[in-house]
Amino acid sequence: MTNINSVDISRLKNGEVNLGTSIMAVQFDGGVVIGADSRTTTGAYIANRVTDKLTHIHDRIYCCRSGSAADTQAVADVVHQHAQVYTSVYGAPPTVSTAAALFEKMCYDNKDQLSAGIIVAGWDKEAGGSVYNIPLGGGMFQQPWAIGGSGSTYVYGYCDATYREGWNEQETVEFVKNTLALAMSRDGSSGGCIRMCVITKDKVERHFIPGNELPRFWEGKEIIGSIGGNSSQVGVLA
Amino acid sequence: MTSIGTGYDLSVSTYSPDGRLFQVEYANKAVEAAGVAIGLRCSDGVVLGVERLLHSKLLVKGANRRIASLDEHIGIASAGLLADGKHLARRGREEASSFRENYNSPVSVQILSDRISAYLQAYTCYGSVRPFGLSSIIGGVDKTGPKLFCIEPSGVYYGYRAVASGKGKALAKTELEKIVNKYLDAEQSGSGSGLTCREAVDEVARIIYLVHDDNKDKEFELEMTWICQESGNKHAPVPEDLLKSAEEKAKAALEEGMEED
Repeated sequence: MTNINSVDISRLKNGEVNLGTSIMAVQFDGGVVIGADSRTTTGAYIANRVTDKLTHIHDRIYCCRSGSAADTQAVADVVHQHAQVYTSVYGAPPTVSTAAALFEKMCYDNKDQLSAGIIVAGWDKEAGGSVYNIPLGGGMFQQPWAIGGSGSTYVYGYCDATYREGWNEQETVEFVKNTLALAMSRDGSSGGCIRMCVITKDKVERHFIPGNELPRFWEGKEIIGSIGGNSSQVGVLA
Repeated sequence: MTSIGTGYDLSVSTYSPDGRLFQVEYANKAVEAAGVAIGLRCSDGVVLGVERLLHSKLLVKGANRRIASLDEHIGIASAGLLADGKHLARRGREEASSFRENYNSPVSVQILSDRISAYLQAYTCYGSVRPFGLSSIIGGVDKTGPKLFCIEPSGVYYGYRAVASGKGKALAKTELEKIVNKYLDAEQSGSGSGLTCREAVDEVARIIYLVHDDNKDKEFELEMTWICQESGNKHAPVPEDLLKSAEEKAKAALEEGMEED
């Protein structure tokens, strides 16, 4: 019996488009680097293999979307509008913390209807670069780095082991690239190419890494049992 | 001079032939009959002071405060109808707290003043309500520094270095101008660093005592609050000892002035 008060991840409606996804955002001194894969699925069919999951909210604020494509687009559109109105009314761009609060309000108040995991990241004058993770329930967590989406579960270990504070822009970009490549290689709902944005005080720089230029890691070796030879290894190594 | 707008002053939704809203002007009269309220913006914060006229000797000392907090870092001192002042303070608190909730950030003094003035202005549009009989001085410290605003019954508001409203505001403004000019000159010539909140407490107390001299009929209590570095940029009552010493100095200055006459 479905309980109206419980949040169910596998609750995407039949035929609804899903941002399977691997997304992440990492803060460094001077800004943030955000990245995402590019696969959107409807069941087993890849509806879009070149999706842009990095959505503009304001001049120096972007969000990474995971979960239901429709839900996240709708929420991001509303927050985008709020951010524009904020700038007109208050004469200054909203801080990343304010944009995150706007997301959190929508995601929490409508938690039963939504299936949206969002990472808000950007640069503002007060805090420099910052990253806010807003997972499924609508909680808001500020973190130096955040990963999300179905592919993220496979790379928590890699991130925990690799992340260091005090990296520069280049090192942070490498970290994001490698993490996403690993996630994409293990998660069926993530793949395609890597899209990244580097957001700093001066500009937003987009990077694109096509599928055939992704970093490659261990891909295994084919082991063939020797035919009548000295070795008695057959088939699989224990 | 005041003119009576016979016939055109019954409702705030009626203009007079010369384009005035008499009800709003009459609301200003209500303000001018109340105890003076003063705000002074300093280099390190804002000081608010109020002359709290006591209508009975049975009132508890220190109770019935006229200066309210709208947020941790913003205070409001109103001159005029006290009941209206309480209501406006409540509305101001709701605005400040809703801003915090929506934007995850404390509201700036200017934005809060803007919202409160819009609220006041709404009451000048309809014949079924009356304008607030209040001139409110809003002071606080936000990320842009110390700020001071005054909102009038018409809903218009301006930013000030120093401002006074209520009975005796003319005399108070003259004194405030002297203080501001003295410190502005010092700032511009580089010889001074501007008025600090500690110094301002003495000045505001002195001005309130000076202005009160005219109200021979009522006793009054001095109420002062500040938002400055010493209070952690939070709106708080001026510490007892500082208030006491400021009052002593004010009384002494008053007596000195009287002797010279």
